[in-house]
Amino acid sequence: MSSLSATIQDVFNEPGCGKNANKTEAERKKGCTKQLQPGGAAGGCAFDGAKIALQPFTDVAHLVHGPIACEGNSWDNRGSASSGSDLWRRSFTTDMNETDIVFGGEKRLYKAIREVIEKYDPPAIFVYQTCVPAMIGDDINAVCKAAATKFGKPVIPVNSPGFVGPKNLGNKLAGEALLEHVIGTEEPDYTTPYDINIIGEYNLSGEFWQVKPLLDELGIRILSCISGDGKYRELAYSHRAKAAMMVCSKAMINVARKMEERYGIPFFEGSFYGIQDSSDSLREIARMLIERGAPAELMERTEAVIAREEAKAWAAIERFKPRFKDKKVLLITGGVKSWSVVAALQEAGLEIVGTSVKKSTKEDKERIKELMGQDAHMIEDMTPREMYKMLKDAKADIMLSGGKSQFVALKAAMPWLDINQERCHGYMGYIGMVKLMEEIEKALYNPMWAQLRKPAPWDDAGVNWQAKAMAQMDAQAAEIAADPVRAEEVRRAKKICFCKTVDLGTIEDAIAAHGLATVDGVKEHTNASGGCGACKGRIEDILVAQPAPVLQAAE
Amino acid sequence: MAIVTASKKACSVNPLKMSQPIGGSFAFMGLRGAMPLLHGSQGCTSFGLTLFVRHFKEAVPMQTTAMSEVATVLGGYENVEQAILNIYNRTKPEIIGINSTGVTETKGDDVEGFIRLIRQKHPHLEKFPLVYVSTPDFKDAFQDGWEKTVARMVEVLVDPVEAGAARDLARVNVLPGCHLTPGDLDELRTIFEDFGLKPSFLPDLAGSLDGHIPDEFTPTTIGGIGVDEIASMGQAAWTIAIGAQMKRAAEAMQERTGVPFRLFERLCGLIPNDEFIAFLSEISGRPVPLKYRRQRGQLADAMLDTHFHIGGRKLAIGAEPDLLFDLSSMLYEMGAEVAAAVTTTTSPVLERVKAQEVLIGDLEDLEDLAKARDCDLLITHSHGRQAASRLKIPFYRAGFPMFDRLGAGHQLSVGYRGTRDLVFDLANLVIGDREANHQPTPDTWRTTDSGLQVVPPQLH
Ligand code: SF4
Repeated sequence: MSSLSATIQDVFNEPGCGKNANKTEAERKKGCTKQLQPGGAAGGCAFDGAKIALQPFTDVAHLVHGPIACEGNSWDNRGSASSGSDLWRRSFTTDMNETDIVFGGEKRLYKAIREVIEKYDPPAIFVYQTCVPAMIGDDINAVCKAAATKFGKPVIPVNSPGFVGPKNLGNKLAGEALLEHVIGTEEPDYTTPYDINIIGEYNLSGEFWQVKPLLDELGIRILSCISGDGKYRELAYSHRAKAAMMVCSKAMINVARKMEERYGIPFFEGSFYGIQDSSDSLREIARMLIERGAPAELMERTEAVIAREEAKAWAAIERFKPRFKDKKVLLITGGVKSWSVVAALQEAGLEIVGTSVKKSTKEDKERIKELMGQDAHMIEDMTPREMYKMLKDAKADIMLSGGKSQFVALKAAMPWLDINQERCHGYMGYIGMVKLMEEIEKALYNPMWAQLRKPAPWDDAGVNWQAKAMAQMDAQAAEIAADPVRAEEVRRAKKICFCKTVDLGTIEDAIAAHGLATVDGVKEHTNASGGCGACKGRIEDILVAQPAPVLQAAE
Repeated sequence: MAIVTASKKACSVNPLKMSQPIGGSFAFMGLRGAMPLLHGSQGCTSFGLTLFVRHFKEAVPMQTTAMSEVATVLGGYENVEQAILNIYNRTKPEIIGINSTGVTETKGDDVEGFIRLIRQKHPHLEKFPLVYVSTPDFKDAFQDGWEKTVARMVEVLVDPVEAGAARDLARVNVLPGCHLTPGDLDELRTIFEDFGLKPSFLPDLAGSLDGHIPDEFTPTTIGGIGVDEIASMGQAAWTIAIGAQMKRAAEAMQERTGVPFRLFERLCGLIPNDEFIAFLSEISGRPVPLKYRRQRGQLADAMLDTHFHIGGRKLAIGAEPDLLFDLSSMLYEMGAEVAAAVTTTTSPVLERVKAQEVLIGDLEDLEDLAKARDCDLLITHSHGRQAASRLKIPFYRAGFPMFDRLGAGHQLSVGYRGTRDLVFDLANLVIGDREANHQPTPDTWRTTDSGLQVVPPQLH
């Protein structure tokens, strides 16, 4: 356990993480894990995160050590695609029983590893630790080591019991396991000046294949993709790449950064969602490879491909313009990915509402990204009824969001499109963007909506539940407005910091009582912004809004 | 008599089984205004929740006590207390249903003790309905979690009744096993009502997870049976338990209230429904409505039409005990051979499955057996999809979870009508498979060199 906590600490110290860099020593110790609220928490565990990050390695046997809950309730639930082995989709678990809990599960784990090797002979086995065996002290590192020696095969311990933290911690712990046990353990047959790693891409719905043909055309070789459609051996020799692209936010930043540190592989953070982002990423890959010794003509060829693909994509999108005229999209997601599609949506003539997106210059996008980072929290905290009101108030024609809010949209008879994880279509690269437009058009113009919005023959129009929900919300608002005491209560109860559940009233009182003038001061007294820090902006606004006399009076 | 054996493997491959805490939470989802709460780490709830959402394609309420590593060592009193208070304040539920998990059972949290303390400390919760069930992950399976949880609901929520108290003769308690879909419950409700009976379903997933559009957005369950209705179940004339797993709850009901019960282990197939309908006619004192006489005729006709395709099929089935027993028996009675049967947990019905052997195992076992015994029809839940594509035999999805096809909540197997639709679906699947994969060719019947061997066509 001590080595696990050391690893966790190390992950928290990640200097590549922008959020971390702004934290004090003490804060960093506490890590990015916000304290979960019993009875009010959502989201997967660290084991879930580790599995998400590593399961797309297709030829590996993924063996979960724990009772049936961890694997039995969750297997075969990800949409990554494989071009070869289907071993990754099979499920292996020790399904620990009561006897194992009493006498320890190490023997069963060892036997399980042997069975998997005998039956499936994979190039490697990843063994995932979960909570119960961690509690009873099963030492998976020791078992993996013994099994690896005995069977002459890599058996990699992934130490990520669920209760150490949330999914994103699990992503990083998975990365640590790769760095410690796999990367750099084999050598490629040959190398080229065009070898890159893609880090943090899971090939969901096979969408990376919407981009890969372009890389192939340019002669750029993906030495290893971590982990979508990845293979164990490629991972083991990935340290010979010339450059790396890190996609999908910061899930595996530790891998990218440590590979730079250890093997001198420079990386950049990029995305293949959206036309502009795709072009930028291709350019950046070419630039880095040239810097590492690839011939300069690579850039010319890259520019030619970009010009051709962009022209094709814009031409394809052109046909949607009349269909999208005056149509409004409500974007609800904190996902960074979705921000790179904003430009393309606007280019196609859609108006984005519900957020403060106006132009889509680069700086704007950055700012919005930040803004939506906060809103993502708020949306998680919103009641479905509030969300419905937001839909109505925005007068949106379609909602794009992650899976969580789909029920609200669908029940409200509102066209909806999933743009997060569990969707069935790929939206990557130039082709993916056009596909996204197609899907939006299909959803918008489906004749079903008009039928669903009609009241049942025995209902009067206007007394359906939608109308009732709106009336209730309005009535509540009116009631609150009419009662100044309640109104003040409600105003003060507005949550500002979602991580630490701190409301406006608490912050105002603290400001008044201690004459605070800075976010740090507020944090000291209320713990607000002590979590992800996304509410800093809101606290600044509150500080500005405080009348000066109040401050003085409190002195 | 089938011999029941348990797999000896150290590594379960492609599990058929799911954990019992989520079976417990599933039962709580059939209560009105309920919030199922798992006492464990956040991941346990998250996985369960995802599974239910993917199956029903509905928003599903479920919460966690969010045990951290430290809390699992120190004990979970504070987490349980905070969770209950938070849920109570934020979602205003009518009941909170708590199931333990492997994480909290390993430490051995005394949750009943916690609840007593919480009620003392927070007088406003003194009477608030809280039901706790111990359901460690490292024992038993999904169906057991449901079984224990419903039995516990009866013990805690049903008001005891004086011996000799007046009963409402039209009222029946219905205790459905977890193998019935919301669609099945709706079908049963109609049947009861057609006999003039007033059924109370415990739990009632038809009210909560049938995909209707709610009048209100609520964070807890919508629909389902209310706590008040459960309390008065002791006034019913009869309890009808469906599936052997519900015997425990039916017995608890009888012990508490004196309401006699009748257990129907199966409701799929002609004979089981004859018994069921006859019983309803008897307790209601009404003749069987014309509608069911006609439906029986339709089922008989459907059996005639479909037995050509189902008869002789070699069935490989993987399901929890009650579903396995029900479906495999019906198909056996249609002339199929139950060649491979794999289940998740022990049950008294298993030895009566019409197979040589029933294995408590996983989907790898089922796949291997199906291959070795040349099975040509596979029935299991959605996790069987990989096996089906490797075996290349017709695959019918039944049970929970069904995440890769739509309409899971409405799939029927009970009643004359449900059985009728099911045998049609199965026969059509077989016909479709024959058309796609087993068309005769000029060489199909050609004698080979040895002069004796023929390549048999796959025509059944
Ligand atoms: S929190 Fe722990 S016990 Fe629960 S699913 Fe995650 S790893 Fe398994």
